[in-house]
Amino acid sequence: MELLALTLLQVLNSIAGLALVSFGLAVIFGMMRVINLAHGEFIMLGGFATVFAHGMGVNIWIAMLVISPLAVGALGLVVERLIIRHLYGRMIDTMLATWGLSLLLIGLATTFFGNRVMGVSAPLGSFALGAYSVSWYEQVILIIVCLLYAAGYALLRFTRWGLMARATMQLPEMAASLGVARTRVFATTFTVGAALSGLAGGLLAPLAGVVPTMGAAYVAKAFITVITGGASVVVGSGISATLLSVVGTGATYLANPVIGDVALLAAAIVLLRLLPTGITGRIFKGYP
Amino acid sequence: MMTTSTKWPCVAAIGVGLAAALLVPQMAETHTLLNATIYTSLAIYALSMALIWGYGGILCFGQAAFFGLGAYAYAVAGINFGDSTFALPAAVLVPALFAAVLGYFVFYGRLTDVYFSVITLTVTLILYKLANSTAGEAYRIGEARLGGFNGMPDTPPLNLPFDPAQPLTPAQGFAVTIAALVACYVLCKWILSTPYGRAIVAVRENEVRAELLGHDARFIKLTVFVIGAAIAGLSGMLFATSVFVSPTVFSLANAAQVLIWVVVGGIGTLVGPILACGLLQALSAYLGKIGFIDPAVMLGLVLIGSVLLAPKGLLPMACGGFTQAKRRLRNARSAGLERSHAS
Repeated sequence: MELLALTLLQVLNSIAGLALVSFGLAVIFGMMRVINLAHGEFIMLGGFATVFAHGMGVNIWIAMLVISPLAVGALGLVVERLIIRHLYGRMIDTMLATWGLSLLLIGLATTFFGNRVMGVSAPLGSFALGAYSVSWYEQVILIIVCLLYAAGYALLRFTRWGLMARATMQLPEMAASLGVARTRVFATTFTVGAALSGLAGGLLAPLAGVVPTMGAAYVAKAFITVITGGASVVVGSGISATLLSVVGTGATYLANPVIGDVALLAAAIVLLRLLPTGITGRIFKGYP
Repeated sequence: MMTTSTKWPCVAAIGVGLAAALLVPQMAETHTLLNATIYTSLAIYALSMALIWGYGGILCFGQAAFFGLGAYAYAVAGINFGDSTFALPAAVLVPALFAAVLGYFVFYGRLTDVYFSVITLTVTLILYKLANSTAGEAYRIGEARLGGFNGMPDTPPLNLPFDPAQPLTPAQGFAVTIAALVACYVLCKWILSTPYGRAIVAVRENEVRAELLGHDARFIKLTVFVIGAAIAGLSGMLFATSVFVSPTVFSLANAAQVLIWVVVGGIGTLVGPILACGLLQALSAYLGKIGFIDPAVMLGLVLIGSVLLAPKGLLPMACGGFTQAKRRLRNARSAGLERSHAS
């Protein structure tokens, strides 16, 4: 019984982790059709922002939930204005440019922060579940992720801003001719996506250490989740994070974490063979 | 029968290759020669990407997967057979088979560019993780231990065919690598001159139109992809013989640099990426020696800069500039003639 509850919690936590690292990427890809290959480095910088802010005596929750998203969001705005803006509609070039950005950020982080692991300790401690000890902090992340996804859905579905964003996403020319400032929508979306990646980095900093090269560990899974999810930002990544996490965690239980990652990838490739436009390309079409 | 536009570049490549193989070992010290061998093996890697992206229109972010699989296959087969003669086919066939399986899923699933790029990148990253996790006795293939993070320091050197007791000298190793580069170049040129090669370019230009003309775009893309993987595997093997095999062959940096060479050298040319590869390698070796900034910073800036400023690549830009200057010169001359006639 306890083991069952523990397993359930672990599956939920792994879904939350995958959903968290994918959300920023999903917002940028779903809304702008831009694949941001510097996503992993945005996460990395979010992690560093939390570590440094905490080191300077800032409360850890403020560091994670406020400073990391603000810092990386600001960087996202600069990147959008300097690079991405010139490349709209040139998908391949955007990927290449953001990959260049990714290398640049890794190189700069290595030069200035050094190639060593930094970290902060997880707040809140743990509670006992029968004979097992479970971390409170991971449950807090689970709740935060649920709130984030709910807020994202509500924002896109029920607000005026969400309506404009979805209109721009579906028919950019038509939305523009109806008076929606397309460039502003894109700039805002990219900034929000970057801020969400920063938030993910901040929240993950206590769980995994922060190193300049940490982005690579998350970026592969995040991409797979987002493209398996398909066009819908919230619903798509939510479903695919759940599906892929269950496969990944299952394989991890049967073998080891590396096999878990391989199984996750294999499941995604087979899924994309069956549904080439992602899960929400066929089912739940049109939901944000 | 080759067309002239194919024949002369091939003759030139063979000539340059012969000259390099004969002259460089005479002039250079052993250290420089080994570096030149590594650069040449990487140039083959650049060539594989130039073929599949520049001509096939397949933007593979995970060419490093095939490069790395070639290197690992060579090391494993070489250690088990004790003779590099039999390891060579393994280094070409293993990546080609892997590409065939992966390519079946993505091309026959008709995944578009972006999905394809992301999947190939993910495959590479997972292979990187997998290769890093193979430390210990449990991970051995026959005699060969995969060695996890440390790789396989016992990667065997190339030897004379069927004579494991005779490893190649550095000069011979260099000549073999140059020969492989020239052979791959001629192969690519020849493929592109055949009707099949024309179909490859047709599919790149317009997939639907090519299909309406009766070409199976899926099959054509799959085969180009497999050929590219085989060439990348060969380059990985040659790289492994001059360095040794470690998981870094699958790293993000290795996957990125081949794209950078092609972007900088020019998409749609074979020579451009080869030249860019040598140039950027030399540059990053120089920066590494100074040790002031991380080479990744330079690579990143070069990639962003060339996408924003020279999206066609340097070689086509230079050629374009040359043709334009020639045209301007001709226009000026004919204008001058007209003026003299008028007077």
